[in-house]
Amino acid sequence: MSVELDVFVGNTTIMDKEVYQLWLNGYTVNDAVKVRIEGGVMEECEASAEVLLSDTMDQYRTFQMCERLLHHPAKLANQLLFQIPPDRQAMLIERYALACQFNSLDFVIIQFQTFICISLFRYYAFDDLFVREVLGKKLSKGTKKDLDDVSIKTGITLKSCRRQFDNFKRVFKVVEELKGPLVENIRQHFLLPDQLARDYAAIVFFANHRFETGKKKLQYLTFQDFAFCAGQLINNWTVGAVDNMMEDMDVDLDKEFLQDLKDLKILITDKDLLDQHKNLVCTALRGKTNVFNEMEANFKNLSRGLVNIAAKLINAKDVRDFFIDLVEKFIEPCRSDKLTSIDVNLYLTHYTNSAHILDTFKHHAVWTRYMGVIKSCILRMYHD
Amino acid sequence: MPGKLKAKIVAGRHLPVMDRASDLTDAFVEVKFGNTTFKTDVYPKSLNPQWNSEWFKFEVDDEDLQDEPLQITVLDHDTYSANDAIGKVYIDIDPLLCSEAATVISGWLPIYDTIHGIRGEINVLVKVDLFNDLNRFRQSSCGVKFFCTTSIPRCYRAVMVHGFVEELVVNEDPEYQWIDRIRTPRASNEARQRLIFLMSGELQRKIGLKVLEMGGNAVVGYLQCFDLEGESGLVVRAIGTACTLEKISTFPATATHPNNSSPSKDMKDSPQAAPSTLGCRSTHSSPVHSASSRLSQGFSVSVPTLLFAGMKPRHRSSEVPRARQCRPGFGEEAPGVPLSSGPPTPLRAQTFSSFSPSKSYSRQSSSSDTELSLTPKTGMGSGGSAGKEAGPLKALLRQQTQSALEQREYPFFTLTAFPPGFLLHVGGVVSARSVKLLDRIHNPALGNTRSYKLLDWNSFTADEPETRDAWWEEIRQEIKSHAKALGCHAVVGYSESTSICEEVCILSASGTAAVLSSRFMQDGPLDTEHRLSRQPLCVFSTGSERVEGDMGSSASLGFEEVVSPGCGFCHIPYDELNIPFPAQLTYCYCCRRYKVPDVLFTTIDLPTEANVTGKGCLIQARLCRTKKKAQGEGNATAISSLLPFLEYELHTQLMNKLKLRGMNALFGLRIQISVGETMLLGLASATGVYLTALPSPGGIQIAGKTPSDITYEQHISTMQKKINDTIDKNKELYEINPPEVVEEIIGSPIPEPRQRSRLFRSHSESSDEVSELDLSHGKKDAFVLEIDDTDAVEDIHALLTDSPTPAGFYSCNTEIMPGIQNWTSAIQMFTSVRVFRLNANLTNQGLNKIFSDLCENLLKSLYFKLRSMVPCCLCHLNFTVAIPEDELIQVAVTAVAMSFDKEQPLENGKQSGEKTLIKAITENDEQLQFNLELNAETSSHNPLSSPKGLSEVGSHLSARAPSVDYSSFADRCSSWIEQLKLKAHTIRRGSVKTTSSLEKASPLPEGRSRSLRSNRSYSGSSVAVVKMTPLSFIPGAKIIKYLGIINMFFIRETSSLREEGGVSGFLHTFIAEVFAMVRAHVAALGGNAVVSYSMKECVFMENPNKNQAQCLINVSGDAVIFVRESELESTSVQTQSATTHTSNGGEGT
Repeated sequence: MSVELDVFVGNTTIMDKEVYQLWLNGYTVNDAVKVRIEGGVMEECEASAEVLLSDTMDQYRTFQMCERLLHHPAKLANQLLFQIPPDRQAMLIERYALACQFNSLDFVIIQFQTFICISLFRYYAFDDLFVREVLGKKLSKGTKKDLDDVSIKTGITLKSCRRQFDNFKRVFKVVEELKGPLVENIRQHFLLPDQLARDYAAIVFFANHRFETGKKKLQYLTFQDFAFCAGQLINNWTVGAVDNMMEDMDVDLDKEFLQDLKDLKILITDKDLLDQHKNLVCTALRGKTNVFNEMEANFKNLSRGLVNIAAKLINAKDVRDFFIDLVEKFIEPCRSDKLTSIDVNLYLTHYTNSAHILDTFKHHAVWTRYMGVIKSCILRMYHD
Repeated sequence: MPGKLKAKIVAGRHLPVMDRASDLTDAFVEVKFGNTTFKTDVYPKSLNPQWNSEWFKFEVDDEDLQDEPLQITVLDHDTYSANDAIGKVYIDIDPLLCSEAATVISGWLPIYDTIHGIRGEINVLVKVDLFNDLNRFRQSSCGVKFFCTTSIPRCYRAVMVHGFVEELVVNEDPEYQWIDRIRTPRASNEARQRLIFLMSGELQRKIGLKVLEMGGNAVVGYLQCFDLEGESGLVVRAIGTACTLEKISTFPATATHPNNSSPSKDMKDSPQAAPSTLGCRSTHSSPVHSASSRLSQGFSVSVPTLLFAGMKPRHRSSEVPRARQCRPGFGEEAPGVPLSSGPPTPLRAQTFSSFSPSKSYSRQSSSSDTELSLTPKTGMGSGGSAGKEAGPLKALLRQQTQSALEQREYPFFTLTAFPPGFLLHVGGVVSARSVKLLDRIHNPALGNTRSYKLLDWNSFTADEPETRDAWWEEIRQEIKSHAKALGCHAVVGYSESTSICEEVCILSASGTAAVLSSRFMQDGPLDTEHRLSRQPLCVFSTGSERVEGDMGSSASLGFEEVVSPGCGFCHIPYDELNIPFPAQLTYCYCCRRYKVPDVLFTTIDLPTEANVTGKGCLIQARLCRTKKKAQGEGNATAISSLLPFLEYELHTQLMNKLKLRGMNALFGLRIQISVGETMLLGLASATGVYLTALPSPGGIQIAGKTPSDITYEQHISTMQKKINDTIDKNKELYEINPPEVVEEIIGSPIPEPRQRSRLFRSHSESSDEVSELDLSHGKKDAFVLEIDDTDAVEDIHALLTDSPTPAGFYSCNTEIMPGIQNWTSAIQMFTSVRVFRLNANLTNQGLNKIFSDLCENLLKSLYFKLRSMVPCCLCHLNFTVAIPEDELIQVAVTAVAMSFDKEQPLENGKQSGEKTLIKAITENDEQLQFNLELNAETSSHNPLSSPKGLSEVGSHLSARAPSVDYSSFADRCSSWIEQLKLKAHTIRRGSVKTTSSLEKASPLPEGRSRSLRSNRSYSGSSVAVVKMTPLSFIPGAKIIKYLGIINMFFIRETSSLREEGGVSGFLHTFIAEVFAMVRAHVAALGGNAVVSYSMKECVFMENPNKNQAQCLINVSGDAVIFVRESELESTSVQTQSATTHTSNGGEGT
């Protein structure tokens, strides 16, 4: 004796938020039932485990049907399969916004079927822990195969890992070929809220350039650190950044700029210039910090590090090591000298500004563009 | 009369990728009607093609317009190979043929493929230009309106009710044609879908013709069914009630009831109309007598509540004298297990012992029939002087009505709810079943036919439909005679159904015998307005308010029946001397003038005017019986002999469960018997209520036959205790605490009726005694179950295993729940299907248990699913059982959950403290939801009234202290959302990040204005919400227009069952798709809801080994436009209920 078939279909789709989350987290039906039983739904509603199982399976099926639509969020706007009553939409969006503290809900979200959009956010939401593992990796089948290791390492279910990975890949594939601003493209095609779209932009950007993030020395950095840096890079170093009229993509770094960066080498190759620069910086810093001596001693070293990074960026291979270089060449020496982030900020400010006063240094624009990003990245990354 | 059909293909969207290489599609569209086909251009390389075609014009006969659907096929152009079909859309253009329905079909319709499901959508425009006057033409019946609704549709007034119309058409099932062997499943499915579309169109046209012949202009309660007879063909049959309807042009005021439409006025009309026709048919033999003679002739009345007969193996109508053969112990049981405690009177024993089953249920009665036979002698003096005049008058009137009705072949009505004053008395359930063997196929006409397209309807095996017609005719005759036996001249709430297994087919028909008022047979327009406008409010208060009004008018009029419409329908229509079955009659507990039975079973909805105590609940009897595998005639005979037992036991169960809940009447009774190869399934569902007019039911008493054993006695007493406790609990749960009748009897002028009966009915000494006994024993009579009867053990078990509904839930299978009045606008229609696999070799008991658990668990799941709607009521719970295969049981449920406002100002009886507590917790949530919904609804659906609605909400809320906070919160939420919506539209995309914190949310008045401004733009941007409900109304809303009938048939098949998520995944998707298509078609007609929705067929077949499954679904309903009622009449409800209370109390005296 067994229930062979068991379905429940409402004219308006009933989705249980709790179960949805369990589904997203990759719980199996049975595990989800266990969690629900522990949550005490049964006592609340005088239900039996059987009822709960039936309900959970039903919900899972609904989500699976929904999933197809979630992969092409643009279709959600006018899909007919699920009917969500406006009252629920309103309630859910409110609660969701409060819970997630999304300050800015994109208008598109409201325009369309809000409830599904919320499902959508959740569907496209990811675990920072997980993304940290795959950040900068190629979004390929090979990486996907390694997801079980990631799953074990992070404690996130494999199912959930796969969904998140597939989301990255899907977004990547769509955005890769689109022109125009990256974040905007993601928002439009996947109807994601601003913050989430930015995060995806970062992920796509990292995947595209295959930035190394997995090295031990980089382990202390969180996804949000990287996302911030990615934002800086996207906004300042890509083609779209200088000339947003350009129909080019946001994903690639501005080749011309990278070429120009080589000219900065003069700052370290020209002895006079280097000394001059050092003097200017030291003059400015003197008395303003109690680690002045260390700074002075390390100046040439640090300057060399930064300028070398700049000069190497023209090679795609070295781009990958951008973050590890920053850490090795700048952050670590500073840290060993016990510089606080205020010191670093001070140092970088003067380091940047002083270069403009040098008579023989001509590459002011490139320098500003380069150092602006470097400074904010380093400051963001300068923590324990 | 020709017409011009015009279609325009605008665009497509979300098309599937048909070309793997480019990931795109080169789509074009074929538009076909009849034999004419048009094509659009190919729109290359797009998944969202914009064809924007010219208008394709079809010049056709209106006959074709009625029969044929417009067929739209979307294809992918392929240069080198054949074009691939993406999918099809069938558009029923019938709604466009009626001037009062829709005028244009315009919108996005899902493109459906029977293998792949929905594959994108297509935007079309369809119009029809009809020439000439619509109603003159004979072959077509354009202009006849069809309604699935089984009551007079909300915005119409019935001028005349003409009566029963039926038709059936037969064809060969394409699935069983030889060609099916060589064509693809898709082609076969499409052939079938199209055929059924054609057949329903034809059927509807033919019925329309009949209606026109009768002089009507509409069919109400239209019920169309398919019989998939397999090899022997496909039968599409339909029944309905022909009416002349008149549109109510102005909307009646909601809250106040104009005097001119009050029932008392209606009542006034009828007697005036009567004299004019008096002379015509005054000599008319009383049907009661003929009925009783029939009875004594061995007419089988096996199950008392249900006059039931007609087991016919094969085509003969051999009436099995079932009652006698039934069970060996039958006759003996009868005296031992009486329905009530009154000792069986000699009369009963003598008259009925031979064929009465152990339990007697009662029927209905009313003074009127009694009068008919008594009038000559007594003149029915009950009503005082006024009564004397009215009595004969009425008798004549009745005779005249009867004759008017009996002129008709079948005085049947598919309606389940009636305009006030139409239904005079209810007799009881009448039902007939017949077992038939389906013919082997013999279709000479088909020798050279390639497909259905070439089938000529007229030349097609002419005798086939006749056979089916004859079968149904037999059954209808049977029903008619049963009704007569009950002293009734009409059958209401009539329906027909079949169950087919291989070549055996059980035909069933059932209805409620009733006596109807003649007014609607003549010209007197009935005023439904009155009823309509109040419907959403409540049964209870409506009923009693009417009573009040009637009391006044009756004084002057002196017309007895007017005195108590709240109980009038309960009065027995048959002669109490010739009761067709054993029943205990008592004087009506409302008016104390006429006799009523102790229990009443009906198939109709609870009349709005009925006086009900407490709330109702769903009562189900479930039964499973094994049967030997057999073939042909043997099989049919075996089934025939099993049926009576099945039916009898179902009734016993119903009766027990009814008693257990302390109730005394069943409404909406639907007994379904399903036949499989090795078993028979019976499922009876009904809504139990406590009718104030009927006596309080006695308890259930368990008696042991061997009282010697002490442990055994203990066992019995514990069981007895359990039962008593359950009854008490149920009474509390359903708030059944009828007024203390016994005392009233003593104090009130009760002696009068007694005297009366002595005076006028001295000849009926014995029956009089019975009634007196009942009166005095009142509540003590108990229903005795003998414990050592294994059946009884089973019964008791079944009784006690029904788990109570969780707190906050109510359920019923009728339209509305008595005792619940203030529905909120939150409704959720749903369909749930379960298939259960049984083990082989189960005993009857085991089967029963499994079947019963299956239904119970299904209900439990529903309650759990819908927990967020508490407090709510599952209305119109419609169970359908089937045995798709050996050892499989399929149960499908369609119902609507409607939440109601618990803060019921007046509830009859006390609320249990515990329940209030639980509900109080949910209250807040519910409150919030309610407001939001209302808010959103008004703004999106009724822009004009939204400010009003909002302010209404505000005031409504502020009246209730605890909810004020929530209201402001809700308002802020909604205004915040409105604000966002507004911004969404005013601000250029991408440039804004809406900072939307609650602090920023606008205050209430601003929000209101915003919502007003923004809703226009909002409604355009999202997919319109289409509500669906199996009920005939939408709570808190007014239906302003009926757009036509929705009758859709879909087949879905898969050969990759596992990949689609197994059987559950497959069916889940399919049902969701069906809903989506229904909604899309309704939206395209311009509607925003489907009422009287039902899923009439859900045939599911699977073959997991081959990874295949197939499912057929047939749905129907009425597409409507509704608008929200902007007024919430919380105050008027209160006052109404208050009057209810007083008038109730006053009634008894």
